[in-house]
Amino acid sequence: MKSLIYESVKQQSEMLISRSVSSLELTESYLSHIEATDEAIGAYLHVAGESARQAAKSVDLKRARGEQLSPLAGIPSAIKDNICTKDMPTTCASKMLEGFMSPVDAFAVMQMKAHDSVILGKLNMDEFAMGASTENSYYKKTRNPVNTDRVPGGSSGGSAAAVAGHLAAYTLGSDTGGSVRQPASFCGVVGLKPSYGRISRRGLVAFASSLDQIGPITRTVEDAAMVYQMLAKQDELDSTSCSSETLTASELLQKDVSKMRIALPRSFFEEGIQPEVKEAVLKAAMTYESMGAIIEEVDMKRLDAALPAYYMLSSAEASSNLARFDGVKYGYRTESFDSIEELYKKTRGEGFGREVKRRILLGTYALSSGYYDAYYKKALSVKALVKSIYEEIFKTYDFVLTPVAPTTAYPFGKVENNPVEMYLGDIYTVPINIAGVPALTLNCGYDAQHLPIGMQLIGKLYDEQTLLSAGHAFEQAKQVWRAK
Amino acid sequence: MKKSGIEAGYEVVMGLEVHVELATQTKIFCGCEVAFGAPPNTQVCPVCLGMPGSLPVLNEKVVELALKAALALGCEISEISHQDRKNYFYPDLPKAYQISQNDAPIGKNGRLAIETADGERMIGITRLHIEEDAGKLIHDSSKGTLIDYNRGGVPLIEIVSEPDFRTAEEVKAYLLKLKSTLQYLGVSSCKMNEGAFRCDVNLSVRKVGDPQMGTRTEMKNLNSIAFIVKAIESEALRQIKLLESGDQVVQETRRWDPVKGISTAMRSKENAHDYRYFPDPDLATILLSHEMVNAAKATLPLLPDDYKRLFVLNDGIRPDVAEVLVSDKGLADYYRACAEQTAYKTVLANLLVTEVLRMADKAGDDETVIAIRPEAMVSLVALIGEERINLGIAKRVLSALWESDKRPVQIIDENDWWPLKDLASLEALAEMILKETPQILVDYHNGKTQAFGAFMGQMMKRSQGKADPALSESLFHEIAKRRL
Repeated sequence: MKSLIYESVKQQSEMLISRSVSSLELTESYLSHIEATDEAIGAYLHVAGESARQAAKSVDLKRARGEQLSPLAGIPSAIKDNICTKDMPTTCASKMLEGFMSPVDAFAVMQMKAHDSVILGKLNMDEFAMGASTENSYYKKTRNPVNTDRVPGGSSGGSAAAVAGHLAAYTLGSDTGGSVRQPASFCGVVGLKPSYGRISRRGLVAFASSLDQIGPITRTVEDAAMVYQMLAKQDELDSTSCSSETLTASELLQKDVSKMRIALPRSFFEEGIQPEVKEAVLKAAMTYESMGAIIEEVDMKRLDAALPAYYMLSSAEASSNLARFDGVKYGYRTESFDSIEELYKKTRGEGFGREVKRRILLGTYALSSGYYDAYYKKALSVKALVKSIYEEIFKTYDFVLTPVAPTTAYPFGKVENNPVEMYLGDIYTVPINIAGVPALTLNCGYDAQHLPIGMQLIGKLYDEQTLLSAGHAFEQAKQVWRAK
Repeated sequence: MKKSGIEAGYEVVMGLEVHVELATQTKIFCGCEVAFGAPPNTQVCPVCLGMPGSLPVLNEKVVELALKAALALGCEISEISHQDRKNYFYPDLPKAYQISQNDAPIGKNGRLAIETADGERMIGITRLHIEEDAGKLIHDSSKGTLIDYNRGGVPLIEIVSEPDFRTAEEVKAYLLKLKSTLQYLGVSSCKMNEGAFRCDVNLSVRKVGDPQMGTRTEMKNLNSIAFIVKAIESEALRQIKLLESGDQVVQETRRWDPVKGISTAMRSKENAHDYRYFPDPDLATILLSHEMVNAAKATLPLLPDDYKRLFVLNDGIRPDVAEVLVSDKGLADYYRACAEQTAYKTVLANLLVTEVLRMADKAGDDETVIAIRPEAMVSLVALIGEERINLGIAKRVLSALWESDKRPVQIIDENDWWPLKDLASLEALAEMILKETPQILVDYHNGKTQAFGAFMGQMMKRSQGKADPALSESLFHEIAKRRL
């Protein structure tokens, strides 16, 4: 039954509904594939085989009784390890939370359970979602299933690798500055960062609260629409949650692309970009043109300020959000200490990895008295500027088309000791989080080494429909995703 | 203030920070109960424990109560305000930040009138903001330090005054007035022994006439008004002594030790926290429209100063007596209940603020509870007003009333306490005293006025306090004249 795992969520859903396959069979296929291949890939931090089988059996029983089920019922999924689950550990790939069991499920996990999703396990990531290659995990490296000498991207590297490696039908990642979109691009799969607030952050271990957003990683845009639609529900226990998505998964794909106006920001194609990436994205633009869309080059040079502003805001918030990991209540605690100050210093010194410590230091500095105005406050004004730039663009255009990252997936160790180079890799993705708008990434080709190239569609706030419809139309036209 | 300070030509300058627990059913950011005295850590949840992924949602009742308090204190209301994170590490603070308000408090620039020896004075209120309480550390010599998080997340308002206080008496008057104002509003129980009303004192001293402020210290852990008065006296003296001996006051936070009656340094300015305030990205902006503010204004109840005015204008009560009444909601409510049944309102008020207040159990500075039925108090007041009994007898009746439910007349009858007004008996008694102690008249004729006091003392003693004072006095003068 191995071929089952190469099908999309949509196809699997149809097979389950027609009862040509059971959820247990599907689940077993994934579990045996995980067993066979994940040692090489390293996508999972925790595999919950038994509870997955139980969930699958329960769905099959419900279906046998003729109950009306969600289209996603019985489909095996997996979750980034910074999204809380009460029946599996939630470690954020950090020593600090080794073995940590959350007392509650995240809102997104509650939605998945309500839709009878079969959750296979928890996925590797950069520690506390800080990084772009998943090399910052305390536990292990994750390899890119397309080419195992390459990183899967990050921080949701496990989530992207699991989908690309057929280790789950779909996964959840989190995206603070590109952490869903860049790994999806590196692994040749689809990543959606919904509008800020679309998917409740309750139960997502916070990195930068004003930027964090959960998003699905899938093999097709249609699958992304299905998973997004399931999760995009208003949550009154998240003050930043916005209203629910009102469109159905199929409605989300139905907007007509032929009359759309698409903006190509000139500066995104100028400096430091791998020529093949530029070429592939421009070719994708031509594909849209051939569908009748209007493509125009625009100047969005002023977005340059977004990258430094992003590192100020996200690090400042992180320094506060990660302060609770102090060895007092849960998680890692240093072996010996003589005072409360020593408990704090040793616990945090030993429990956090280098990148996390770097961001905490940066953020603490930016918020310190005397520096607040020059750094944090200035970054907030850049945020307002970035928002206004997008608002202006969307008065004329339906979406903006850009690359996801300047390069395709790079070899291990390339950015490990060069944080600035890693930060520069986020240049195309962070302005989207700063503006809070949605963005969809999908494959649009391969480079000479057959590494996937991703393109990014950026839309108006709460207009996920335009992106999903345009992404779906492109997929239909090109059939680019990896063949069986 | 103690004489020594004034004699040395110093002036004490003080400002207060008062923390008040709001009378909500649940905590400020979660649904946990706030009832006082529950077993440790039974009123907690992932939100108030700051578990990873948890998110705060502001309790609307908190804003409603804070708005009421701010309006009652004459504050300007911020139409747009937000909540900030105050970052510091301490085990009683599970998130390692306190959610408070920094640059946009709910209310600012208010005032509260107090009665001083020199008449009414306005105390400026700098700001009023909402925040969450921290947990409580319990130091146990056998088990080490334990933490009870029940209090963590209990809603507070902090009311910061201008440095307008010069004496401990003014501080006391302000605190009593503030307490009763908040009690009339129904905003807080203000029970000091339950920590519902807490005060920190900022204090500095300077030479009288010096326009420059001295270096201030902040005293914490002042949980009764008696301690506050003692702490102020002790700290003012300590600072004056330092300056007199040529030393300097160090800017620091000091902790009052009520057992030893001294304060000790907690931390100096050099070790002061840099709280790295920034707007909490997990919470929405607080919007208070004109309509909401006006609606809240319209529903404000009568406040202590309104009652004070009524007592003075309608009942003819002296302003200083009225101030004592309205500064204690229990006492003022009792006065109102009695006053509507008697014409002897000044007699009633005077009796309440002197004898009754002394008798009432005032443990922990809470509002006075009077265990006498208003009907009984009213008939006692009538007996005094009609001069049927004197104050000495009235005190005895009060004590008896506190213990039993009998009518005052019945108590006087049963105890045979009616005053002795029979002239013949009184004269016989007087003659007997003066015969036994002839020295009284000798002294009196030699100009020693105390001799009269000695006579009256004997009259009262021999009559078990029943001798009518006025009649006794005229008898004495008559006899003294006769025996000249």
